[in-house]
Formats: sequence, C-alpha cells, structure tokens
Amino acid sequence: MSSEHISNDSTAGIQPAVALSEVVRHFGRFAAVRGVTANFVPGRLYVVLGENGAGKSTLLRMMAGLLQPTRGTIRILGETDIRSMAPRMGYMGHAPLLYDELDAMENLRYFAGLYSIHDDRACAAAIERVGLDPGLKRRVGQYSQGMRQRASLARAILHNPELILLDEPFSNVDVRSAHAMARLLGAMRDEGKTVFVVTHQAAVVEPVADESIVMHTGRLVAREHGIPHSLLSPYSQPSEVRR
Amino acid sequence: MKKTFPIFAIATLGLLSYALYQALVVAPTEVTMGNVQRIFYYHLPSAWVAFAMFFVNFLASIWYLAKRTAGSDALALASAEVGVVFCTIVLLTGPIWARPVWGIWWTWDARLTSTLVLWLIYVAYLMLRRFASGGQTPVLAAALAIFGFVDVPIVYLSIRFFRTQHPQPVIGGGPGSGLDPRMWTAVLWNLAAFAAYGSLLVWTRYHMAMVERQVEEAHAQRALESDEGADQ
Amino acid sequence: MSVWGVTQRTLWKDLRLEWRSKDAINSMLFFALLVVVIFSFAFDPTAEESRQIAGGLIWVAFLFAAVVALNQTWARELRNQVLDAYRVSPAPATALFMAKALGNFLFVVVLEALMAPLFVVFYNLRSVGPVYQLLIVGALGTWALVVNGTFFAAMSIRTRSREIMLPLMLFPISIPALLAMVDATTSILTGSASPAFWIRLLAIYDLVFTTVCLSLFETVLNAE
Repeated sequence: MSSEHISNDSTAGIQPAVALSEVVRHFGRFAAVRGVTANFVPGRLYVVLGENGAGKSTLLRMMAGLLQPTRGTIRILGETDIRSMAPRMGYMGHAPLLYDELDAMENLRYFAGLYSIHDDRACAAAIERVGLDPGLKRRVGQYSQGMRQRASLARAILHNPELILLDEPFSNVDVRSAHAMARLLGAMRDEGKTVFVVTHQAAVVEPVADESIVMHTGRLVAREHGIPHSLLSPYSQPSEVRR
Repeated sequence: MKKTFPIFAIATLGLLSYALYQALVVAPTEVTMGNVQRIFYYHLPSAWVAFAMFFVNFLASIWYLAKRTAGSDALALASAEVGVVFCTIVLLTGPIWARPVWGIWWTWDARLTSTLVLWLIYVAYLMLRRFASGGQTPVLAAALAIFGFVDVPIVYLSIRFFRTQHPQPVIGGGPGSGLDPRMWTAVLWNLAAFAAYGSLLVWTRYHMAMVERQVEEAHAQRALESDEGADQ
Repeated sequence: MSVWGVTQRTLWKDLRLEWRSKDAINSMLFFALLVVVIFSFAFDPTAEESRQIAGGLIWVAFLFAAVVALNQTWARELRNQVLDAYRVSPAPATALFMAKALGNFLFVVVLEALMAPLFVVFYNLRSVGPVYQLLIVGALGTWALVVNGTFFAAMSIRTRSREIMLPLMLFPISIPALLAMVDATTSILTGSASPAFWIRLLAIYDLVFTTVCLSLFETVLNAE
C-alpha cells in the first residue's frame, strides 16, 4: 500500500540511503516485522509512525545492525555489511545509552574514542549543538529526562554521521526540549543528512518531516509526504489514512 | 522416517544381543573378581561412545557457527544428550563394580574423575540450552561446546598428572593390564553394539529436533501471513 | 582506532565508573572478609592438617569471590542499554572483551591481595618454597578464572537465572586450572614438590582459552 507518487520521484536515480527488501523478523513464533520493502533516498527526514508493537523499534534496530533480519536484505548506504558503515551511522535508542556515573563530556569523550575521534572540541561542539553546557560537571544520571535525551542525541551525532536513526527521542521530554530537538533534526536534514525518527509524538516532528511511514502489526501500510493531519494525534489509527 | 531406520534398528538390536552373549557367556570369568568384572564390558565401551558423542557435538557446534544450519544445531543437541547418557552409565557402572570388588564406592582414579568432569561440562551445556532464551540459544550453546571440548585434553592431562603425584586405587585397569584376548573380543563387540545404539539414539533425537523446528517454522510462517495480528 | 587503544580507553572508563559508584568494591571486600572468617570456622586453623589443605582453601575462597565480582561485570553495560552504543560503533568486540577481562583481573587481584594476608594470619602460614612462585601461580590462576569468567558472564546475562548460570558454566571447565592452582600452591607452601608442571599447564590453559574467548566473543556478543 505504499503511495505511488513517492516511489516514482524525480530522484529515482539516486542510490537510496536505506534499502529494505522483504525484511522479516521473528522472535520465536511472534513475527515483529512481516515483510517490509521500501527505499529511502538520502537527505530526507523520515518519521516512522504506528501503534505499540507495530515493529517500528525492531525495524530501526535492524537498520542499525543491532539485530539481524530473519529473512530479507537491508542495505545501508549501499552496503549489506552494516558493520562496515558504522562510522557513518548514528543511533539513539529508547534508553539513554549513556553512563549514569559520568558527566556529559566524559561520556562523549569515551564514545568519541570508539569512533577514533580524540578531539575534545568535537564532543563539546556536539553537546552545545543539542543545547547543553559542555562545562557542566553533573553526572548524567542526575539529569532531567529532557537533558538526558539531548545528551544521548549528542552522542549519536558527535561523529557527524550521514545517517541518523532515532528511537522515541522525545519520550518523556518537556515540550521546549522536544521542539528544540526537532528543529535540530531539521537542521541536520538541511545539511544533507538522512534522519529516521520513530515516535509516537508526530505533532512535535511534523514541521520538519519530509515523509511519514506508517507501520501496523509488522507491515508498512502507508507512506505519505509530510504527516497527514489524521496521524498527528498519537491515538489515530492507520486505517484512517485513506489512499 | 526413512526406510533405512528400521533396518538399522534391527541390526543394532542384533548387535546388542550378540554383544551381550559375548560379554556374559563367551568371555572367560575373571580370576580374582569373578562375574562382577563383566560390568567392565559396559563400563569401558560406554566411556568411548560418550567421548565420541562429545566429539560429534564439537564438530556440529563448529559447523553451526560457520554455516548456521538447523541440522548442525539439532545434531549438536542430540549428540550432547546421548553423550551425557553414556557418561552417566560410566559413572554408575564404576561404583557398582568397585563396591563388591574393592569395598569402596568411589575412587578418584584418573578415568573415573575425568569422566565426572566431562559429565559436569556437558550437563552444564544442556542446562545452558534450557536456560537461554530464544534465538540466541544455538549460538551460545555452540560457543560453550567449543570451550568444553577444548578443555577435554587439558582435563585428562591434569588429572593424570595429579594421580601420579597422589596415587589412588585404579578401578579396572586400563587396556593392556593383563586382559585375556577373548575379553578383548567382548569389549570390541560391545563397543560396536553401543556405538550403533548410540547412533540410533542420536538419529532419533536429531529427527525429533528437526520436526520440532518445522513446527515452529510453520507457526512463524502462519504469523507472517495472517491478516490481523502478528502473533500466532 | 587500534584494538589496544579501545581496550585501554574502555578499561580506564570502567575503572573510573567503578571508582565513582563503588558498587561492587564495597560489597566484595566485605564478602571476601566473611569468606575467610567462615572458612576459619569450618576448617580449624590450629589443626596440623589444615596447613596441608590451605592451598585448596585459599583458591576456593578466591573462586567464590571472583564469581561474585564477575556477575557484576556486565551489569553496568546493560543499565541504560549502553552496550548498544558500543555495538553500533565501529569499535571491535575483542577490545571490549579484553577491557572487561583486564578490569576483572585487576579487581580480583585486589581482592586476593586482601584475602591472602588474612589467610596467612589466621592459618599461621609459612611458605617453604619461594614466594615468587606463589605469585606466578596466583597470576596465571587468576587469569584462568577471569578470562573464562568474563566470557561466561557475558553469556549468562542473556539467560534466565543468570546468577546461577555463570558458576554452572565456569566451574566444570575450570576444574583442570583449579587442580593446578591448588596443587601448585600446596606444593610450594609445603615444599613437597616442584610446581613446574602445574605452572606450564596453567600457562597452556591461559593461552588456549584466551584465544578461544577472543575468537568467539564477537559471535556471542551479536547473538540476537
């Protein structure tokens, strides 16, 4: 049920940033993702919507290389070996993915090292970019949720990745921080990066969204330009999207 | 199951019967220990079959990590289970033999101790298979299997050296400790019979595991194709 | 970044984390003391025979202390799912393993350094053989426990009953190493025999299993 007019874009000749082909993922008898096929051109901000258990997080984790698909192929930046693309990808999980006992700079300094970045300035720049203070010596465990999510985003972008995958970045975040993060994601998209945002809060990201993808019980059921009004409420059903 | 299975089963039955005859009738009665010694014809072959099973488990585990086929995982599981069974037989027949003959239930002799350690390693393997969750079980189990089998020569080495430092009574001497040639025949027949029987068990268990897997896949496929929920 | 570089950074990060939280260290120290005291009650230190089995007592005590420490190893990486951040990065899995194993090694060595003097005091131990041999056995033996323990701890966190799965997997496979540690320690303390064979065995054990751990860790880390 993917929208015809999106796949027949004028950008059809460009290599997709993410290419999914018949992707299936089982957990025992449970099929979390049931055959998703889609191509995503680079330089856009994609919002993945759907109710709980629709398979959004599972799909994102597979794109990040944290999970292998049971069947089907995933190509990231043209490669099936996702690990080799690790330096060009950033991932922000549902959980903070930071050490509670370290402050923001210490956290980023460590993770920067994993990307062979030994320059403190890159860490400080990332922290400032998300609107936090690099000089703050407070341990991340003592941050508010909004600050913690922002710090987690800083960790995901500090190595200037081309592809950024975010799972529920706005969950439990105050409205101001959420909108600031959304604006930042839009700015990164404007720089040519590809952004995927899995979220329940479509309204927060609507101003910067290029396309929305709706998942329902493991299948991709709709794909639209922007976010249709009917999907802005977190309680809307995919069936309300009429094609 | 294939037609070959019943033929193999009957052949195994025949082998077991003949081996029993060899062990209880043909083989001469041992001079000092009497008829109790005949348990040796179960004790020694079981140890060799157990070891062979664990070797199969080792190979199957490596194959699984390399190729990730369902068959290699099923074979690893089957051979480990059957190996533990034969190992248990060794550990039970040892004391049953030792008690009437030497008056002690257990002696930490090299073979018995090594077998006990082997038993512990592979029971731990079976427990891991039970306690691990979901799709990662075969991978974790295969890793543990490799650790376990790599450990086996070190186990034997260390225990043998320990025993030369601190000698203990040895249950049922090793090969070459004065065995009558007719006893050797009995040992070899029982080895063949137990190897056949062990293989039969592994074959059965392997088949069971594959069928279970097919059932799971059918469920998964149904979940995939269903119109509503993804959970079947 | 080189494997050793990542290992070093991860090790320092872990040490700093441990220092800040003092999670494991406090409980471990107290546990170590308790173990020594309880052993002293269970195995009368004044009896002549006790000195003969001191080697065994010490290593069993070290083993229990190590297991409690090892169980904590990966807990920190699971909190906040931080392990995902590592897995998503280009950093190699072997570096993570080495960092954890080295961290555990240091940790357990600290525990041993605290427990050993207590044993010496409570059991009035005197070594007939040279002390440097005891240190070699201690180092090789501790690494033997820690290298496999770190690996199995990583495996056991994905299982039900994870606290029991670690010793269940670790103990049987460690038996030859334990035998070596205990007999070598006893031989040195009583001066009754040369520990050369056991030291060679421990070295081989360490080499073999470090190789196996490094080879299989990435596979196990990415199993689901």
